Amino acid sequence: MTGPWQVVRSGRATRLATSGLSAFGLLLFAVPFLFRTDVVQQLTTLCTLVILASMWNVLAGYGGLVSVGQQAFLGFGAYATVFLAQRDVHPYVAVVLAAGLSAVLAVALAPLLLRLRGGQFAVGTWVVAEALALLVALDEDLGGGTGVSLRGLNAYAPDWRRAYTYWLTLAFTLALLVAVFVLLRRRTGVAIQAVRDDEDAAAALGVRAGPLKFALFVLAGVGCGAAGALTLANTLFIQPQSIFGVQWSAYLLFMVLVGGIGSFEGPILGAVVFFLLQDWFAQFGAWYLIGLGLVAIGFALFRPRGLWSLAGDRLPFRLLPVGYALREPPATGRLGGSRRSASRQ
Amino acid sequence: MTAVLEGRDLSVRYGDLPVLRDVGFTVAPGEAVGIVGPNGAGKTTLLNVLAGAVRPTGGTVRFDGRDITRARPDQRARMGIGRAFQIPRPFGGMTVLENVVVAATHGAGLRGHAAHRRCADVLDECGLTTLANRRAESLGLLHRKRLELARCLATGPRVVLLDEIGGGLTDAEAAELVAAVRQVRSAGTAIVWIEHIVHVLVQVVDRLICMDTGRVIADGEPARVLGDAVVIDAYLGRTS
Repeated sequence: MTGPWQVVRSGRATRLATSGLSAFGLLLFAVPFLFRTDVVQQLTTLCTLVILASMWNVLAGYGGLVSVGQQAFLGFGAYATVFLAQRDVHPYVAVVLAAGLSAVLAVALAPLLLRLRGGQFAVGTWVVAEALALLVALDEDLGGGTGVSLRGLNAYAPDWRRAYTYWLTLAFTLALLVAVFVLLRRRTGVAIQAVRDDEDAAAALGVRAGPLKFALFVLAGVGCGAAGALTLANTLFIQPQSIFGVQWSAYLLFMVLVGGIGSFEGPILGAVVFFLLQDWFAQFGAWYLIGLGLVAIGFALFRPRGLWSLAGDRLPFRLLPVGYALREPPATGRLGGSRRSASRQ
Repeated sequence: MTAVLEGRDLSVRYGDLPVLRDVGFTVAPGEAVGIVGPNGAGKTTLLNVLAGAVRPTGGTVRFDGRDITRARPDQRARMGIGRAFQIPRPFGGMTVLENVVVAATHGAGLRGHAAHRRCADVLDECGLTTLANRRAESLGLLHRKRLELARCLATGPRVVLLDEIGGGLTDAEAAELVAAVRQVRSAGTAIVWIEHIVHVLVQVVDRLICMDTGRVIADGEPARVLGDAVVIDAYLGRTS
């Protein structure tokens, strides 16, 4: 050993990758000026999927809170937008407010749901989603079971409307990804994972689990609520049985499992894969869903850390460094290189 | 000198079953106290009460003279009571280093460079440097035990509670562990150590407490306690 080993979080290559990725994120704002309007609409859909996948990943992958009821927030966000728009709030303002109201819903549900562990929590969240769907379906002002349109956006020319919706969606996506990154990068990141792996052992090391789980649940609630509101702004029409449908949970599971659960980058990759598959194979109906299920099971069994583990383990840097590594000085090697040399011992 | 850790009249009942009965003892700063006794004597329950994992039905726990009977485990960890579990409980999905980072950033409340320095030092002390970037679930028993100790030390404890950390190890491995615990002691940290392997224990501790059926039946110098007729009867057996 040449001297004291050092804890490093990011080398130069990683910092470059992170800056590059941030710049790319900002460049995406230019898309409506460069591409056709259907591309803009497609990318809006992709952004909402990215939001959903990273929210479910931070909740289930990092926090161990496996929810199969995030569609409760999707539907709530969408219907809150409709509710506000019906009361003459500008639809885009309504979308932002709906995300805030989703936070209120999450705060209200947290004391009930976070009491439950494991499978109970999963079922509990699903029950909440079904109950909300029933409540909405019974409300004639919200269109009942047949669905409702978002009015007020037809004042804009279609191309501009799609551009505005895209910009708002992209802004939400980037803001939420930054929030997740900050949460994972700070000392809360390791604490969340410690609580996931063993809550009592985490407590013995000074971690208070309650507030962390609460924060995760509210963040995921806001994110999924925003995704629901933005989905409505993108499609302009929703029905309770589709926006509150449990198929959303299946999609979330697919994106996160295939992309790589418990990594920051994986779910983003998973969202892209899911988006492409949906685009190519959705016309096969039930067979498409069966295929999705089989692929997800395959990944869970044979590649539990997802597609990102194929790419990420080979890269000499992290795209977004949320972890830690110990390396030997002098600091000549790259982060990834020393990770492997140390782990081979 | 004020005791760093003190239990007074501690009682725990599970339903009608008394597990601890009026247990009292003190640990002076920097002192190493061993706890022995047959299975079911209440040793682990006592440790749980000290760590805050079990709320006593009677009595008080004091740390630095302060009543902490109602403090949560995470609060006690931050005050300076470190704990290593009987069966190591690593955070399997995280690396060895990240396991220790949890303790340094939360238990010790260190940030940035100071936290990193603490982690590197503790891993070095516990012989885990070359395994730092491995996932904790891939470690074998000895390394898991070392990690358990490393995490506990990274919280910067003033007293550590060790629960049978020598169990399941070979003699050579146990000797290594003794060396590590000795090092902890020489740094001025008080130790409360439950251990069945008495010859390992007496190499480190200044004092021995023997428990049986929820009571302290002897408390004093190791040689005297091990020679005590009551202790021999309850724990060591007549044949030896």
